[in-house]
Amino acid sequence: MTVVWVTIGGVALATAAVKAAGPVLLGGRDLPARFGSVVGLMAPALLTALVVTAVLADDGRWTAGASAIGVAAAGVVAWRGASVVVTVGVAVAVTALLRLAGMS
Amino acid sequence: MTPADRSSLREGLRLGVAFGIAGFLLSMSFGVVARESGFSLVAAVTMSVIVFAGSAQFAAVAVLGAGGGPVAAVAAATLMNSRFLPMGVALAPSLPGRAWWRGVQGQAVVDSSWAVASNGDGTFDRWRLFGTTLPQYGAWQLGTLVGAYGGDVIGDLERFGLDAVYPAFFLAILVPELRDRDRLGVAVAGGLVALALVPVAPPGVPVLAAGLAALWGLRRGGER
Repeated sequence: MTVVWVTIGGVALATAAVKAAGPVLLGGRDLPARFGSVVGLMAPALLTALVVTAVLADDGRWTAGASAIGVAAAGVVAWRGASVVVTVGVAVAVTALLRLAGMS
Repeated sequence: MTPADRSSLREGLRLGVAFGIAGFLLSMSFGVVARESGFSLVAAVTMSVIVFAGSAQFAAVAVLGAGGGPVAAVAAATLMNSRFLPMGVALAPSLPGRAWWRGVQGQAVVDSSWAVASNGDGTFDRWRLFGTTLPQYGAWQLGTLVGAYGGDVIGDLERFGLDAVYPAFFLAILVPELRDRDRLGVAVAGGLVALALVPVAPPGVPVLAAGLAALWGLRRGGER
């Protein structure tokens, strides 16, 4: 049980430190204008990485299953202007239907 | 708080409830997995209360469940969380106050709240950030409690396609940004970097490395 509590304490401290690092070290002063442009570009890069690792990677391997097709379908409707709720709904419905049909 | 702040907070709270529903289901499965890995009910809930970072919690519990020690578990969780480093750097100039107070406000970052708080021009709306995080924090604790106490109420999340909720949410936020050519280029580069690293790097590193694609995009933009 001690192992569990040591782990919980360690993960809590490490998480707080990682989240605090940027705001503590870099905030409160004017940063070069180019900084703003990098930040503006960071969102698309990180979001894309989160999406592709969620649907195309599993346990250190590349995969493509029902959720990849479901999320791809959601991307199409999002591109055509669908709302967030509709986009998520399409992803869930397509994924669930494909799994019902036996896809992994 | 200005009226604009208040409306940002309200907008965030509304979005946060939607994310919270998905988070509730996810944290319920965390509660179940934690109990199976030898966590007591109190330990599972304590971890959710003081850590509040889904992928890191799952990573730490998986290491312990597979027989690893605390050092390996904390290392795996920290790698998983490493993406909060570039997110915090991006957010920093939008947080007011002294250093310690900015550090406290930075704790409110979770993937979804960071993404919706981004104004797209390099600045962030901190009240939208706080608002989006708040309901998710409550839902995360509630889900952990239900999962750790009562086991899986819903059953297999994947059967209902619920594992597609999070990536689809992020895609919905991402797509409007892709109409800009520079952003599209950086998004493609970030995605390719992350995918390329999946088989060779520990979990968490691929997403961190994708953040560096933004620097590449800046150089490209600067050359024109």
